[in-house]
Amino acid sequence: MGSMSIFANEFMIRAFIGAVVIGLTAPALGIYLVQRRMSLIGDGVGHVALTGVGVGLLLDRSPVLTAVIVSAIGAIAIELIRERGRTSGDVALALLFYGGIAGGVMLVGLSGSRSNANLMTYLFGSLATTSRSDLAVIVVLGAVVLGLAIGLRPALFAVSHDEEYARVSGLPVRALNLLVAVLTAVTVTISMRAVGLLLVSALMVVPVATAQQVARGFVATMGLAMVLGVAAAGSGVWLAWEIDTALGATIVVLAIAGFLVMAVAVAAVRAVRKRGALRASRPGHAAAAEPEPHEVVLDRG
Amino acid sequence: MSIVEVKNAVVGYDERIVLRDVSLTVTRGEVVAILGANGSGKSTLIRSILRLVPLSAGEITLFGDKRFKSWERIGYVPQRIGAGAGVPATVAEVIGSGLVARRGILRPPRAADRAAVATALAAVGLSDRAGDPVTSLSGGQQQRTLIARALAGRPELLILDEPTAGVDAASQAAFAGALGEFVAGGGTVMLVAHELGPLQPLITRCVVVHHGEIAHEGGVPAPAGHHADPGHDHVHPHAPAEQGMWGA
Repeated sequence: MGSMSIFANEFMIRAFIGAVVIGLTAPALGIYLVQRRMSLIGDGVGHVALTGVGVGLLLDRSPVLTAVIVSAIGAIAIELIRERGRTSGDVALALLFYGGIAGGVMLVGLSGSRSNANLMTYLFGSLATTSRSDLAVIVVLGAVVLGLAIGLRPALFAVSHDEEYARVSGLPVRALNLLVAVLTAVTVTISMRAVGLLLVSALMVVPVATAQQVARGFVATMGLAMVLGVAAAGSGVWLAWEIDTALGATIVVLAIAGFLVMAVAVAAVRAVRKRGALRASRPGHAAAAEPEPHEVVLDRG
Repeated sequence: MSIVEVKNAVVGYDERIVLRDVSLTVTRGEVVAILGANGSGKSTLIRSILRLVPLSAGEITLFGDKRFKSWERIGYVPQRIGAGAGVPATVAEVIGSGLVARRGILRPPRAADRAAVATALAAVGLSDRAGDPVTSLSGGQQQRTLIARALAGRPELLILDEPTAGVDAASQAAFAGALGEFVAGGGTVMLVAHELGPLQPLITRCVVVHHGEIAHEGGVPAPAGHHADPGHDHVHPHAPAEQGMWGA
């Protein structure tokens, strides 16, 4: 029992560090995807990454490495399809997504025995699968993604906010878009061990969606989303251990719970403010009863 | 010196020709209004100058350079704020995005950049809204944010696509004021417009685009002369609102 709890502690610590790195990194990059209304792209890249995992298992190589390579190729293909903006792009994306996951499932199956349990850990994440070398990969690649997502923020914000203007202002729009695509692939891959390929995208999107309910600007949204991501990931490791649930699902359920709590809190604050404004507009509060300029009214709407 | 030189430009989308053999020269200090009906090709003309639309034939020289790359010399004001409004952004953040290319993407913003944003905010009268989300602004204030974003980079040429469409009178006046200051400082302007409104006194030349060709070029025509123009009905088909084109 004593040795069991030491083992438990060590892999718990690894899982915790990995989850915190992912919780910080995924929203920092995901905000650029949400900003250009491509929230689901991480999900598609996750599907493609599964083929990479299959290739790795089949060749008896590190699945993380092959998954990074294959999902980066997939993400670049998705970006090039998006750039063309053709209506057929929608169908091309569907082909890529389903081809990615179907190919992955087949390749994992071909790779040998214990594959079913293996497949589940890649799809949904697991506490126990973060090895020491996995953790090193997660920390190093996570730091690279985080550094670029924060360091290039002004340029990535400009491109994601208004691509046409960014092009006219002389920014290397295509290079920046491809960089975001590759960073998405890297984020998906380092997150797959903990959160799983099917749920990675949630950690890139949900904390951002929660943060933007209250933040007024981009930097504020980014900072708050990172805090929320770490909170969901960190508490998810603890909760998954306590009640023995799948780690990825636990983290995502906590992140969505955070979104709902924020939505209710925002609605409650609005209702209270509205009531306060109504009271203030009664006779005897002449100053507050002055008509507001219409843009202020829009602000509250 | 010619700032913009369009020579025999032809633009086509798929099989449809939008601009046919258009030539136009804009020299330093001019304020050129490009007028025309919807679908006349006036927006395509400025988009091709900005290299957002490829030419099928002809060539466009900017600042005397056929292979123009110094985009920081041009400020672009699109018709409306970009679609990437999924995440909130403050007015100051949007204006600051106009400085990134000029500064270099690897450099963090410096004090000079913050000062440029503050100056641009003051020029369009939005200093008190710097920290507000752009989506909370009225349409006219959003338009002023976009001209501030272009002005923050201290361009020599300003290109505006229907800057005053659907903008309230107060914002139009603020807009005209900011544009006037830019012109007074030696700037060159090309603007696509449906109606000139308070911008009219600033305009030095009008170019009317009609069916992808330049139908008229010259000073701002007086309403009477314009009504006498035989091509008038085609150039500006929505008859009931036509006086608005030259400012009531």
